[in-house]
Amino acid sequence: MPKSLAELQAIAKGVRRDIIEMIGTAGSGHPGGSLSAVEIVVQLYFDFMRIDPKNPKWADRDRFILSKGHACPVLYSVMAEAGFTPKDKLNTLRKLGSIYQGHPDVRFLPELEASTGSLGEGLSLALGMGLADRLDGRPCRTYVMLGDGEIQEGQVWESAMSGAFHKIDNVVAIVDYNGIQLDGFVKDIMEIAPVADKWRAYGWNTLEIDGHDFAAIRKALEQAQAVKGRPTCIVARTVKGKGVSFMENNPKFHGTAPTPDEMKLALQELQ
Amino acid sequence: MPAKTKFQLEPGPATREAFGRALVELGRANKDVVVCDADLAKSTMTVYFQKEFPDRFFSYGIAEANMVAQAAGMAYAGKIPFASSFSAFVINKGFEQLRVCVAYPRLNVKIVGTHSGISIGEDGPSQMSVEETALACSLPGFVVLSPADEASTKALVHAAAAHAGPVFIRTGRPKAPIIYNGDQKFEIGKAVELVEGSDVTIIANGLLVAEAIRASETLDAEGISARVLDLHTVKPLDREAIRRAAVETGAIVTAEEHLVDGGMGVRVAQVVAATQPCAMEFVGIQDTYAESGTPAELLDKYGLLSRDIVAAARKVVARKRR
Repeated sequence: MPKSLAELQAIAKGVRRDIIEMIGTAGSGHPGGSLSAVEIVVQLYFDFMRIDPKNPKWADRDRFILSKGHACPVLYSVMAEAGFTPKDKLNTLRKLGSIYQGHPDVRFLPELEASTGSLGEGLSLALGMGLADRLDGRPCRTYVMLGDGEIQEGQVWESAMSGAFHKIDNVVAIVDYNGIQLDGFVKDIMEIAPVADKWRAYGWNTLEIDGHDFAAIRKALEQAQAVKGRPTCIVARTVKGKGVSFMENNPKFHGTAPTPDEMKLALQELQ
Repeated sequence: MPAKTKFQLEPGPATREAFGRALVELGRANKDVVVCDADLAKSTMTVYFQKEFPDRFFSYGIAEANMVAQAAGMAYAGKIPFASSFSAFVINKGFEQLRVCVAYPRLNVKIVGTHSGISIGEDGPSQMSVEETALACSLPGFVVLSPADEASTKALVHAAAAHAGPVFIRTGRPKAPIIYNGDQKFEIGKAVELVEGSDVTIIANGLLVAEAIRASETLDAEGISARVLDLHTVKPLDREAIRRAAVETGAIVTAEEHLVDGGMGVRVAQVVAATQPCAMEFVGIQDTYAESGTPAELLDKYGLLSRDIVAAARKVVARKRR
């Protein structure tokens, strides 16, 4: 059932609340890059991917890999909301024995497609899955989200080169281009621009969108699906900390949990 | 137990060659076996698989990190990937990916390093791998194999494919002396007793197994009865065979084409210390990088010949008798 814009927006707001509560309760985590990715992950899980929460290991399913694993609160919240995993355990994030580990861990949460967390590796995993799916004739498509700082890793470009070379057109990379990494603004740490030109040069079908615009996200995903013979990269311009005024574009909230007061304030803004 | 005359130790195919041939057998038997290589297929001998199964062979160019991680992706999706390169490159340049992408989710990925040790020869230390036993064994859940000859390599490549979980196999460049006639059964984690003995046990693997057999013959002539074990599985160790060696012979020499630090011998010592402490000596590469030279010259200069094992055995037996 396609979701209306209002429905998607309502889900996104709920996911943002979850993110703040989970990280605030845990007392540590990465709110900024979780909040910037909300619309993209919500669109994929609620109005695009071929998935079945009752049968999470369905052989023909589409897959999502969060290569920027530190943003896992957004994924955990969306998976729970979509019915894959328990919602009432979200606030056990980062606690000993929790299914919601500090970075995605398939040992604790088999509904995940991959364990991630060490940056630069998820695209390779996705491309390997894409090759296996193609060999077996499965219709699966694999979506992998990368951080913008993450593409400073050399392995990303090894994998980009191989994705085009092997024509892995069932894989879509999505770069969450929020412009901030742990130590500050990406442009001050290690400039990555021009991002889209780089992916084009590596042979990828490359699209640039506003990563908070549901219609634009859906359109890009549809375009990616239509392109054969090469993989697609969607460079999604986003705002780090999106939705919480004092977190937006604030490098501090890359990897700092809100205090109890900040949490209260953020949740008020997300009413 | 086979008589010592059984071992002619004639030069046989390199263990990398045996790996390449075994891979083709696996490819025929199981369509889920896929192969990844990083511009060294003609040297790792995955080229045989590439020729017969081009659709299941993936060329990654000189990019080991991506190759290892994509193999992990294929394993997530149900394939049995064999990813191969020179040991030095796949273990070092792919180590982070072996750790996070393969070992941590414990995926069914097989890594085969070729040109291990210093017997690669003239290419020198940048291409030599003398650390991979230490590195591979440090990965939780990994099985680490170091076969000695053609027959054992083939059998262990098949065993690796049948094992559900990550495996690292160490193979070499030069011709490997023939030790097994093809009747021997190989099991992951089970050492093979090649020579009976009661005064000392030589525990060897890879290219050093043949040297250990030669050493046992020399020692026998001196009245020292040396047992020889082929410890083809470095992880998990055959703790029982090691314990028995310690209890029954009271002295152990380990021999490997690897740095002594972090090598097989150190792992054996751990078992010895925890079961039946006994005198030990360690034949291997000391705390250094080697250099260019023929394999024979290098094995001689860096102390990896039967002569060196014999000297270590004399020393350890003397210490035991003190």
